[in-house]
Amino acid sequence: MSTAEDGRRPKRIALYVVLVAMAAFYLTPILTGLMTSITSPESYTGQSPYLPPLEPLLPGTGSFSLQPWTTALGELGRGLANSFILVIPATVFSGLFGSMAAFGLTNVDWRGQVGIYATLIAGIFIPYQAVLVPLTQFWYNVVPLQSLFAPLTVLPFVHEYHWKLVALIVTHTAYGIPICTLLFRAHYKKLSDEMIEAARLDGASVATIYRRIVLPLSIPMFAVVFIYQFTQIWNDLLFALTIIQFGDAAVVTQELVGIGVSQSGTNFPLRMAAALLAALPTLVVYVLFGDKFAEGVTA
Amino acid sequence: MRELIARVRDRWSDSDVRTDGGEAASTRSLLDRDSVRSAPFWLPAVLLVGLFVYGAVLWNFVLSLTDFTGIGEPDYSSLDLENYFVAFADPVDGFLSMFGLGGEVQGGTPAWSSLTVDPVWNSLGNTIVLMVVFAAACLVLGLLLAILVDREIRFENTFRTIYLLPMSLSFVVTAKFWLYMYNPQTGLINIALGVVGIGPIGIVQNPDLKLGAVAFALIWQFSGYAMIVYLAALRGIPSSHFEAARVDGASTIKMYWRVIIPQLRTATVSALVVITVFALKAFDFLFSMYGGYQPGPSADILATRMVREAYANQNWAYGSTIAVILFVMALCIVGPYIYSQYKRGDL
Repeated sequence: MSTAEDGRRPKRIALYVVLVAMAAFYLTPILTGLMTSITSPESYTGQSPYLPPLEPLLPGTGSFSLQPWTTALGELGRGLANSFILVIPATVFSGLFGSMAAFGLTNVDWRGQVGIYATLIAGIFIPYQAVLVPLTQFWYNVVPLQSLFAPLTVLPFVHEYHWKLVALIVTHTAYGIPICTLLFRAHYKKLSDEMIEAARLDGASVATIYRRIVLPLSIPMFAVVFIYQFTQIWNDLLFALTIIQFGDAAVVTQELVGIGVSQSGTNFPLRMAAALLAALPTLVVYVLFGDKFAEGVTA
Repeated sequence: MRELIARVRDRWSDSDVRTDGGEAASTRSLLDRDSVRSAPFWLPAVLLVGLFVYGAVLWNFVLSLTDFTGIGEPDYSSLDLENYFVAFADPVDGFLSMFGLGGEVQGGTPAWSSLTVDPVWNSLGNTIVLMVVFAAACLVLGLLLAILVDREIRFENTFRTIYLLPMSLSFVVTAKFWLYMYNPQTGLINIALGVVGIGPIGIVQNPDLKLGAVAFALIWQFSGYAMIVYLAALRGIPSSHFEAARVDGASTIKMYWRVIIPQLRTATVSALVVITVFALKAFDFLFSMYGGYQPGPSADILATRMVREAYANQNWAYGSTIAVILFVMALCIVGPYIYSQYKRGDL
């Protein structure tokens, strides 16, 4: 071993110590929550919430129980179902519209498209607050969506309160289009002009070019966009709070706010189990497709 | 190559001279324009965004000029700027109060209320403090992490995944985790403080610590984002720049300070824009942390104030007014950014 390497060695060790310490910083709140969530509420003392509940092996840590998770599932069940009813169509529609808009504004070349595109993507940064009151007015007083929706309740699995989820799906679709368009445009700029031009000379219409050439080449981008939109819409509280407001259509983030608090104090195991349960779908997506998520957020 | 693409573009563009000519050509070519033929693709998106985003923003501005409160329909017959005068009432003392100076700030009594309505100075001040502290800390921490991760480490993917993990969580969820961390009896922060002989402190309810506690939790959630942006930028710097600085005998710190960090300007600006806009949106976090619309005056930001005025107090018009202020703030941050992107041809 050379002296140069000897000199570098303590530095490398210090580097890894810092990296591991930072990893601990990011993971501790989540792991502490996980350990607490699998403690039976009766035996929970909170003396060392970061340790696994291994009584009687580790005294004072409480005993292992999945009861907080089953209680949380009972309390959040409907909210989780509503969130899925909301998130899946809103993700698919915003992705699809975003892809189509990006194609129409990138691969077909015409004057004025940059202006439209700039206006479209500025929408990414508009705070939700700027549209809340009009949206509440729109969905409750202008569009009689509730009565329009009523005949659909004869269908199986459709309930009257689902109209609020429809309103929320449309809202999230509209608000998701700007970021989806941005993500797809970055991808479509890289597509080869020659290939599209060749198809065009063969007499292919704009629609055919999109369906046959662009769409199949966008599949990796759809994965990025869907993962990003799924996370965003699942995690949102504000639109749900102001458009659904309350009642049977409440989504999981709304239900989570008030969980685990009662007259007798805070039930931390239940609250942590509920928080993790509400986060589970996005956590699973993140763990499975972390790279695609990173690609989405940095675009 | 570039010429070829330009020629291809030309053939695609509106100015394309069609060979069919004749009388019918003018109407035909109008329908045949690429802007029209591609309309089925971009028009649905433009209509949806136009109606639900920009239409709603305009409508919100009109609402801010009304006296709309309580239940019922807004009355658009008399529009005035009264709400803005209430929002920015007592400008001198109000402005100074954002920096902890000046005298007592007086509210105003608008036509739609029999009570005194507070101006926005307090929540505006908190918003700016939160934005600056949160953005600066995220960028610094993100940059340091990116530099560490960029040093050819092992398990790079694992570290990156862990650092970005909190960003995949909902504000509502992270607020629950941090409420638990800050808890005076069983919270890890207080347990740690107890080891060094401080505490326990009720961090979340303490007016002096509240905003710091919120900022800290938000830094935890979003610094990973800054790291990812910086890491991508660092990877884009040719390794010859690193080597040239090495050969010159510059120390590592000097090399980063003099050679590398100046090249990260674009990354810093784009991360900064995104992160400040996140701070404007921190409503979800505060709502979840404080279990409702009342975070208390020392943690009240414009985002919470707006929703509280509109949805808890039903002062819809005043809520819309605060929303316009938020919108203008976002515009001031984003407008120049998008314009500079456009100028550089990056759009």
